[in-house]
Amino acid sequence: MLKSLLAGVAAVGLMASAAQAKDRVVNVFNWSDYIDESILEDFTKETGIKVVYDVFDSNEILETKLLAGGTGYDVVVPTGTFLSRQIQAGVFTELDKSKLSNLSNMWKDIEARVEKYDPGNAYSINYMWGTTGLGYNVEKVKAALGEDAPVDSWDLLFKEENISKLKDCGVHLLDAPTELIPAALNYLGMDPDSKDKGDIEKAGELLKTIRPYVQKFHSSEYINALANGDICVAVGWSGDVLQARDRAAEADNGVTVEYSIPKEGALMWFDQMAVPADAPNKDEAHEFLNYIMRPDVMAKASNYVYYANGNKASQELLNEDVIGDPAIYPSEDAVNNLYTVTAYGPRIQRTVTRTWTSVKSGQ
Amino acid sequence: MASETSSSAPKRSLGGWALIAVPYFWLFLFFLVPFFIVFKISLSQIAVAIPPYFPAFDLGQGLQVLFADLKELSLENYIFLTEDDLYWRSYVSSVTIAAISTFITLLVGYPLAYGMARSPKEWRPTLLMLVILPFWTSFLIRVYAWIGILKNEGLLNQLLLTLGLIDQPLTILNTNIAVYIGIVYSYLPFLVLPLYASLEKLDGTLLEAAEDLGCPPWKAFWKITLPLSIPGIIAGCFLVFIPAVGEFVIPDLLGGSNTLMIGKTLWVEFFNNRDWPVSSAVAVILLLILVIPIVLFQNQQQKMAEREG
Repeated sequence: MLKSLLAGVAAVGLMASAAQAKDRVVNVFNWSDYIDESILEDFTKETGIKVVYDVFDSNEILETKLLAGGTGYDVVVPTGTFLSRQIQAGVFTELDKSKLSNLSNMWKDIEARVEKYDPGNAYSINYMWGTTGLGYNVEKVKAALGEDAPVDSWDLLFKEENISKLKDCGVHLLDAPTELIPAALNYLGMDPDSKDKGDIEKAGELLKTIRPYVQKFHSSEYINALANGDICVAVGWSGDVLQARDRAAEADNGVTVEYSIPKEGALMWFDQMAVPADAPNKDEAHEFLNYIMRPDVMAKASNYVYYANGNKASQELLNEDVIGDPAIYPSEDAVNNLYTVTAYGPRIQRTVTRTWTSVKSGQ
Repeated sequence: MASETSSSAPKRSLGGWALIAVPYFWLFLFFLVPFFIVFKISLSQIAVAIPPYFPAFDLGQGLQVLFADLKELSLENYIFLTEDDLYWRSYVSSVTIAAISTFITLLVGYPLAYGMARSPKEWRPTLLMLVILPFWTSFLIRVYAWIGILKNEGLLNQLLLTLGLIDQPLTILNTNIAVYIGIVYSYLPFLVLPLYASLEKLDGTLLEAAEDLGCPPWKAFWKITLPLSIPGIIAGCFLVFIPAVGEFVIPDLLGGSNTLMIGKTLWVEFFNNRDWPVSSAVAVILLLILVIPIVLFQNQQQKMAEREG
């Protein structure tokens, strides 16, 4: 029995390696729930390149894998701040722009903002961009705080008199110190991109005051929790909250989820596709990037995940509920109110992490 | 355990040496070599590079570079661990959680193993199978399943609410209680199996003799069964305690954000700070904390065995 099982495994293994020799493959490592999977099927149909698709849910996981080297991935999707440090560490290969004919479709404004992380956009293309703001359950927040609940302001979260009333219906925060600490700094009227130890500790103090009212620090669970009506407020990523909004609407469970970019400002971030220096299939990776930059493909992706993309040409093809939604494509004024941050160096990173640990553990 | 020492051993044949060389080679390859890699990293410094520490000891660069690298090593990271009380608190809290869970596992596991060992012979293979059966499902999925059971709207709370035992759902998920439940559940077979093995070997005639001499069953259990099953208890408890101290998955999925365990501290150090040197130092200390008591215990056992012998 065991013998035949082993023989079977060996046979499958042989078949797999034989198939590999023939087929072209691209190994993509992307955020969870971040693409319309039919895009991958279409890509394979058109190019004959098989997509091996794998997902992560935090930049930290991706970065640790990349820094260990030899990941075997051909395309990865770090956020700008992380990307810039990874470029310094020599993780990525410069893109061969001669193979990326669709680059002309990209949005110059976004490229200009990405310069901060990837000078000359030499190593990466923008996949999606978004904001980190407030997702909330309309009815529950109204029930807790009344009609004039400050859902358009960080006061909802950072004022103890407000969040203490939301405790019972549930508050989730992203488990992402590099996003929450800037948010706290911004609320305190300090530079959200501050690298000063004292400033970060002050942000930590503010976060500690709201800690007793936070049910969970997690970076993906809030989507379902919001959609099911399990929680009433989450600090989350724009598109994720909007996915929760749609899931709730589809389920028709009496839950209405909304997303707001607080008036004090919010973090604007950029998820960039890049090719690791040790990627085994660089040609296929470039073909994949070029395919992704096609306006129809990018529009399909945004229509599915509810994030804005860095592809100007795709905008004509976007659904009205995407391009017309200021939570996804904020007006120019609103964009000017958004802030961006840069990567932390190792020493200050330790302060940030330690502050975050003590916020989370309440000690 | 390692009581059959070689004090009176005759000269070994080549084959004999080869035979004992196998486990040593195994230990060398899968324990000492990885340990030295971790130890070496713990003496390095953090760097923005692949891999993210320096010196990296690239063997391709010749001996001189290698020796120059050797000078760069320092104990700085170990000193750092003493400066922040987070690490000590994590160690203490992990050991406490593991000890409490081990004790509960023993309380649950002993009757189970005892019942199995005393059951009719033809049932035993089936019962053993039942203990091993959960391993057929992925560990991760089984821990995930507990989220569904323990959460506020979960099975357990709904059951208790329907029975009218509580009128408010109990908050169990994301607390230390959930961690205890997770550890006890996951590691129960590791305690039951060695305990069952030692209970099954128990000489039944001793109990019969006790009964004949008028000893009540509970006393016979206390005086005969329990002492004779101590080796099984110890082996089982070690098998639960040691992995529980370094457990990461269970506290991460079931524990709350105030559950402090060294596995999580290590994870944060490694992933959030990208500080491989400090996380390696944390791991080396953890190993020392675990290995020293075990070695002391073994020595003690050996001495006792020699005294008795």
